[in-house]
Amino acid sequence: MRFVDEFRDRKIARDLGAEIARLARPGRQYKFMEVCGGHTHTIYKHGIEDYLPQNVTLVHGPGCPVCVIPMGRIDDAMFIARQPGVTLTCFGDMMRVPGGSGSFLDASAGGADVRMVYSPLDALRVAQRNPDRHVVFMAIGFETTAPSTALTLLRAAADNASNFSVFCNHVTIVPAIKAILDSPDLRLDGFLGPGHVSTVIGCRPYQFIAQEFARPVVVAGFEPLDVLDSVRLLLKQLEEGRCEVENQYTRVVPWDGNAKAIEVIRRTMELRPHFEWRGLGFISQSALRLREEFARFDAERIFRLPGVRVADPKACQCGEVLKGVLKPWECKVFGTACTPETPIGTCMVSSEGACAAYYNFGRFSRERMQEVVR
Amino acid sequence: MCLAIPGQIERLIPGTDLATADVSGVKRNINIGLVEPEGIAPGDWVLIHVGFAMSKIDEEEARTSLEFLQTMGQAFADEMAAMQQKPPGESG
Amino acid sequence: MTARPEREQEVLDRIESFRRRKASLREERVTMAHGAGGKATQTLIQAVFLEAFRNPLLEPLEDQAVFALNGSRLACTTDSFVVSPLFFPGGDVGDLAVNGTVNDLAVAGARPLYLTAGFILEEGFATADLERIAGSMARAAAEAGVQIVTGDTKVVQRGKADGCFINTSGIGVIESGIRLGATRVKPGDAILVSGPIGDHGITIMLARGELDLVSDIRSDTAPLHGLVDSLLGATGEVRCMRDATRGGVATILNEIAAAAGVSMVVDENAVPVRAEVRGACEILGIDPLYVACEGRMVVFVAGDSAGEALRALQSHPLGRGAAVIGSVREDPPGLVLLKTQFGGTRIVDMLVGDPLPRIC
Repeated sequence: MRFVDEFRDRKIARDLGAEIARLARPGRQYKFMEVCGGHTHTIYKHGIEDYLPQNVTLVHGPGCPVCVIPMGRIDDAMFIARQPGVTLTCFGDMMRVPGGSGSFLDASAGGADVRMVYSPLDALRVAQRNPDRHVVFMAIGFETTAPSTALTLLRAAADNASNFSVFCNHVTIVPAIKAILDSPDLRLDGFLGPGHVSTVIGCRPYQFIAQEFARPVVVAGFEPLDVLDSVRLLLKQLEEGRCEVENQYTRVVPWDGNAKAIEVIRRTMELRPHFEWRGLGFISQSALRLREEFARFDAERIFRLPGVRVADPKACQCGEVLKGVLKPWECKVFGTACTPETPIGTCMVSSEGACAAYYNFGRFSRERMQEVVR
Repeated sequence: MCLAIPGQIERLIPGTDLATADVSGVKRNINIGLVEPEGIAPGDWVLIHVGFAMSKIDEEEARTSLEFLQTMGQAFADEMAAMQQKPPGESG
Repeated sequence: MTARPEREQEVLDRIESFRRRKASLREERVTMAHGAGGKATQTLIQAVFLEAFRNPLLEPLEDQAVFALNGSRLACTTDSFVVSPLFFPGGDVGDLAVNGTVNDLAVAGARPLYLTAGFILEEGFATADLERIAGSMARAAAEAGVQIVTGDTKVVQRGKADGCFINTSGIGVIESGIRLGATRVKPGDAILVSGPIGDHGITIMLARGELDLVSDIRSDTAPLHGLVDSLLGATGEVRCMRDATRGGVATILNEIAAAAGVSMVVDENAVPVRAEVRGACEILGIDPLYVACEGRMVVFVAGDSAGEALRALQSHPLGRGAAVIGSVREDPPGLVLLKTQFGGTRIVDMLVGDPLPRIC
């Protein structure tokens, strides 16, 4: 597969691994945070950490848009799904996320009409094909996905759709990174920036990380070589005493982002004053809602949502895992009460969640795995 | 939300903002509304996310990036070889 | 990175001992996850059916039961087919119904003899479609050398069955000397697959039409008894065979690793996957290792018979794409590891839920 396989080349990986080992000063510990859940997933899926020296660690951040949805919002979605005549559509990841009273999968078992879609446009099509039902699309994701929801809203408006609405849970990445930087718990040496979010917002928004917080940022792609090369570039910055925002993912990320994408987001959505993030608490100006002009497509205005704040289960430590303070296996319920089949929190359910990635792919210690595979 | 996959545009669908893209022999109609301003033609490669093209892939950049990675490996290997040729007692 | 190996080992031990506890069903209602062939299905089977029916023949929870009767060793098996859509590129539910049961007998080393066929039909189902399905079953049975000797037909009201559900059970006879089973698998054994994986599952996903993906992929549904004969004729060192259906190759590897108390290492680069199947999986964010096949087997043979076994498979039309994909190790028992395309390592766990298209 072009643009994929070349960036999974083992030989280049070995050379990159050697270069990284050369750049990482012995006796010094390096901790880099990869913000995006897609990075977490790819790191574990391909076993990228096998190429890193012992003193370079990758810490997982809150960039999993499913993971950060608080339980109360899931319950709101369940409420919508249970309304008569409503079809709830969502991405596959959402199906097993636990709310206060079960997941969408459970709601489906209980008789609700919940359907998985690949694209928000597919949700609109379900509405067009089922005029007797009201179809709600649960929109999640960072700025990568918001433009797609936006274009879908514009199409719905152009088509005069009368049985379609969006339950908007889009969040923005910069406030989350800022919350991490403001947290006293973490000592990070640099960031791997979210490559696909950056195709929309560009690289400029991360400059405050380098300028105000003195941490280098490398906007990273998602193939294994992209991740390794980004680690190399971070180490090189530290070695050379530089501190700036660099773009590793040049084949896809334009420095200035995608003006059209930003424009359609602005046309259809606006920032909420504040929004609750699982584990990070309330963050201002961190999430999107539909503009007044699109009220007729806004599920939050159409349905009277309970809007209850549901506290995470006592045992759940997702918050600390999302902030990178705890490693998945350091959570008290990891692997016992909280497993992929019986998840307590979102980190274990979402395919991008650190706990799920670790449990499903990486749970066995690297050293042991390498011994066995040799 | 980061799963995006490279695909090649096969043809544009006139009168719409859609195009047929090919990923390893699997075809899907995708919305090219977000990349239209750049100009999209059959044969172009785009990054596809939830049925939308997010960005046109810069093939030249991709080639340069890979070449650099390959030569870096070569440079490293050369350096290692050179080091091994130095008389014992001298450090690299 | 302090105390990492010890701490991790502690967590691993915690997970393993938790998993060894008796299966208990927490859910009050059956969900789609229970039908995916992964962990939830296993839990359901163990907690409900094994609990209720427990007996020595059932305990191994293999795909077929093997027993002796009047000097012969017989295998019997059953399977139900609820695929949607009923007709798809490469076949239909009728083909699956015959080939699926034939294959469950064949991988036990049995010569498939007789099948039963039970139909649950939805009111309003087109009789022309039913004739088409019956025709497929007749052709598939002839190709497999079996006869459908008895059956049953029920009709339920509109909306109570998705068109046509079929159950088939089968009986076969095992020639003397053939002893196969998960517990025979040992460290040092080689792991083979008989061809490219994931064709059927992806075909079905695409055929549902909801994902709007178009390709030439066809279901790989086929009767494997001839391929099995080729293999068993070439080498006497076959330990175990399984046909890779729901849950894919990864599920089989995990089930056998657990049953035999061994570990396995698979080389991702060695696993045959068609380019289009790979493309569809990348788009949807699914791992081909978990996608269903309907005409592929996973074979465990003694390590030094791997070459022989591979040649035997490849010499048969249904085994042209066969490959050695990995090997069985001793330690740690029950774990399946993958050497990734990239050269890293990761675990291949049992499937959780359904291979839902991953968007993130």
